[in-house]
Amino acid sequence: MDLYFSHSDSTEDERSAVDAILGPADSRWMGGHHSTDLDVRTAATGHTLRAKRHHLLPVLHGIQSRLGWISPGALSYACRRLNVPPAEAYGVASFYALLSTQPRPPTVVHVCDDIACLTRDADEICHTLEATLGPAGTPGSDGQTTWLRSPCLGQCERAPAALLSSAGLHPWEKVLTETTATTIMSNLSSPNGQPTDEPDCFLPSVSAPQAGQSGLRLLKRIGTANPTSLNDYRAHDGYKALEKAFEIGSHQVIQEITHSKLVGRGGAAFPASIKWKAVSEAEGPCYLICNADESEPGTFKDRVIMEGDPFALIEAMTIAGIATSCERGFIYIRGEYPLAIRRLENAIEQTRQAKLLGKDVMGQGVCFDIEIRKGAGAYICGEETALFNSIEGYRGEPRNKPPFPTEAGLFQRPTLVNNVETLVNVPHIILEGGATHASIGTERSTGPKLFCVAGHVKQPGVYEVEFGVTLRKIIELSGGVAGNGNLQAVLLGGAAGAFVTADELDIPLTFEGTRAADATLGSGVVMLFDDTVDMRQILLRIGRFFRDESCGQCVPCRVGTVRQEELLHRLNTGKTLGSPKEELVILGELGQVMRDASICGLGHTASSAIESALKRWDVFGSGKQNP
Amino acid sequence: MSSPTTPSDAPDLKNPVPRGPIPTIPDEKLRPEVEITINGKSVSIPEGTTLLEAGRKIGVDTPTLCYLENLTPVNVCRICVVELEGSRTLVPACSRKVQPGMVVQTDSERVRHSRRMVLEFLASSVDVSTAPELQSYMEHYEADPARYGPSASPASPSERDDACPGEHSAPDPATAETVHQPTKIDNELYTRDYSKCILCYKCVEACGTDAQNTFAIAVAGRGFDARISTEFNNPLPNSACVYCGNCIGVCPTGALMFKSEHDLRKEDTWNESEQTKTDTICPYCGVGCTLTLHTQENQIVKVTSPLDQQVTNGHLCIKGRFGWQFVQIREASAPSKPTDAQEADT
Repeated sequence: MDLYFSHSDSTEDERSAVDAILGPADSRWMGGHHSTDLDVRTAATGHTLRAKRHHLLPVLHGIQSRLGWISPGALSYACRRLNVPPAEAYGVASFYALLSTQPRPPTVVHVCDDIACLTRDADEICHTLEATLGPAGTPGSDGQTTWLRSPCLGQCERAPAALLSSAGLHPWEKVLTETTATTIMSNLSSPNGQPTDEPDCFLPSVSAPQAGQSGLRLLKRIGTANPTSLNDYRAHDGYKALEKAFEIGSHQVIQEITHSKLVGRGGAAFPASIKWKAVSEAEGPCYLICNADESEPGTFKDRVIMEGDPFALIEAMTIAGIATSCERGFIYIRGEYPLAIRRLENAIEQTRQAKLLGKDVMGQGVCFDIEIRKGAGAYICGEETALFNSIEGYRGEPRNKPPFPTEAGLFQRPTLVNNVETLVNVPHIILEGGATHASIGTERSTGPKLFCVAGHVKQPGVYEVEFGVTLRKIIELSGGVAGNGNLQAVLLGGAAGAFVTADELDIPLTFEGTRAADATLGSGVVMLFDDTVDMRQILLRIGRFFRDESCGQCVPCRVGTVRQEELLHRLNTGKTLGSPKEELVILGELGQVMRDASICGLGHTASSAIESALKRWDVFGSGKQNP
Repeated sequence: MSSPTTPSDAPDLKNPVPRGPIPTIPDEKLRPEVEITINGKSVSIPEGTTLLEAGRKIGVDTPTLCYLENLTPVNVCRICVVELEGSRTLVPACSRKVQPGMVVQTDSERVRHSRRMVLEFLASSVDVSTAPELQSYMEHYEADPARYGPSASPASPSERDDACPGEHSAPDPATAETVHQPTKIDNELYTRDYSKCILCYKCVEACGTDAQNTFAIAVAGRGFDARISTEFNNPLPNSACVYCGNCIGVCPTGALMFKSEHDLRKEDTWNESEQTKTDTICPYCGVGCTLTLHTQENQIVKVTSPLDQQVTNGHLCIKGRFGWQFVQIREASAPSKPTDAQEADT
């Protein structure tokens, strides 16, 4: 490619931000100072250079955390280094909410005002910040700080939450939970140095209230084993499953997964064994991806596992990678999880040193290694094909299926994508045997399941239960309804899920049980709302969420989410165009086209929670939607 | 290669416009035939072809907006969706490959609903006044874009280009949001009126690997704020643009327009029915691209190239696309004899 690079001169600072990720430029061709006689006669282009494109997102992260925004000079230099057309790189940079293509103060407060935090006075925080720092997105009086409203930060058990990020030579990020505007402001006034583990430390008893109880599988090490120590992990049965996997061989490992009837826990409930088998039979190289881009509002189970038991994920990925002959694994984790990222980096480093990752895993002569890729604030990148594009350095737009990931996924190679929770089931399946795992739960929903209980509940957190328990039981387990004690609604499955009423608590929380009740299990969200909650505000927030998070690629979702939000505002203000009843008909039609004709799951589910609520309650005083 | 069928001359605005022939893949005969059913009719078609092609084979005309014979299908407009038995969602005909035993409905209630809604979504957010094809679809599918409320006032210059992903101000319940904005005029050759952009990705494809490999433009931003942009919304003269005009050639809505056409429309003297189209060969170099000269009142007002033309596939370069002024200068100044220098000038 013969690319044109704009004349934006890059400063020393901009170049060093890029060089910190890519290493110094070795010739003037790449925008460096160094020049040799060879430079005059050779050009550095071609496939080798184009193959570096997947470094684009890490480089953009590097620029953002050094400069606080993606400046033209920095982008131009990055493009020269990676041989990426500047217009395309700009398209990528302007896709992500955590990146800014306009000058932005170095310190940014991302305040979660999503549904869980809304029930815990997130709006008050926003109002106070507005009064002290100015309107969202504008630089504060000192020009050093700004604040933004953020979609769910995945800290719902400790709502309200905020993510602080500061750019510079020593960038830092800090998650504040159960926070107040005062805490945020005091953190802003003394942000010197690297953050310790302290402020956003992980408290097992808070995030997983069952921690330490016997009989747990997925949560058994949380709160008992030190999440930063490989030795401690091994002392708590760690790496026994990998040993056994080597003993029984890859074929048998996949057999056990098949017998276990394990299905994906990310929301789609697709049988894991089908994907494993397809990738293991495909011609290599193949890739393994752990989807840790947990962004569904109300979901935080994967974060709790990654923060509390990161080695379990590494071991599970190693088993999956080796069983399916993938030599490289990626963990695509959302950028809003700094602690989980640190814990996983540490876990990977320790396992590499112990030769449990690398060229010769456990001395068995097989190769497997893992790389972490950070998302940059885009819910859509949790969609597996959008995730591939994001890793490859393209806009996180979903691809059309077929071809499916197991045929042509990351870098167009066969790819196995599993969610964090799905993967951490694997070591248990290997140790206990697939049949034992299948005997847990119901016929069609097997094994243990994590639920993210939040909102108006006495003891929010991640709960592990066997499939089949009812919604009522989960609520009892978490101490019962909090707030004023009068349960109004429960949201199952997140913003892409469905609301149920207080009369529907006997729904068994299985894939088939929720489906029968016209709801969904989704990613395991159970969010409670007492009857003081204004459901109109909750629905408006969900409408805003999808309007913000649609990637914009296909018409039904790009415009449908806008029309849906406008319609909700019309119902809310009473300024309806036709009769309220007609508006509800239009809402149903919007939902149908998004379900029928959108490219990916975001569009397919963008109306489901809203419609489920309007079918159950007369939220806007406009009547109920016909079921 | 089988000879392409001739498309009918004048598009009928009442019905979906017939398109040019589908380029045939040379080894088609070697590929095994696949049997599928479309609207109850059995069709036998080589493996690897799409549902769109299969439908056209039996005279089912599926509307398309983001699809063009000379570009890779991106299936983003979703107007070509059809109902496939066994599929939970509708599938895009333009890119879904045939598989044995497929049973497809192209005009079911569900299909018509999706098409109507897609058209309503586009027409309620985009200025479709120079998109006759889209208008004819709207009539056919009885789309009523007005039911989403009156259009919101247009954005100020660069307002949409400065939109941040994941942020937007609360909607005004009284109006329907649009992409309306001032036209971008930053060069002498063509204009960009993104009020008319349906984001079909065709221009990006033509600028990229499907034709020009220049990569001057890409999709930027996210969601409803997604837009076609150069890096940092630089004006075209500061971008990688080489003014081949292939983006104009593929634009289905007139968002990208010859400056000459834009100026005539502004003066309200653009008259398509008075125009004649003359095919000729580009005089500049030895490639021999076919040019179609669109003339109005004996003035060339724009230049295109036929999609089915094997040399160009519809694409040209800056000279063939825009370099025709000399024809008119010669005529206007009427020199005693044509200068050889002009003809030899490549």
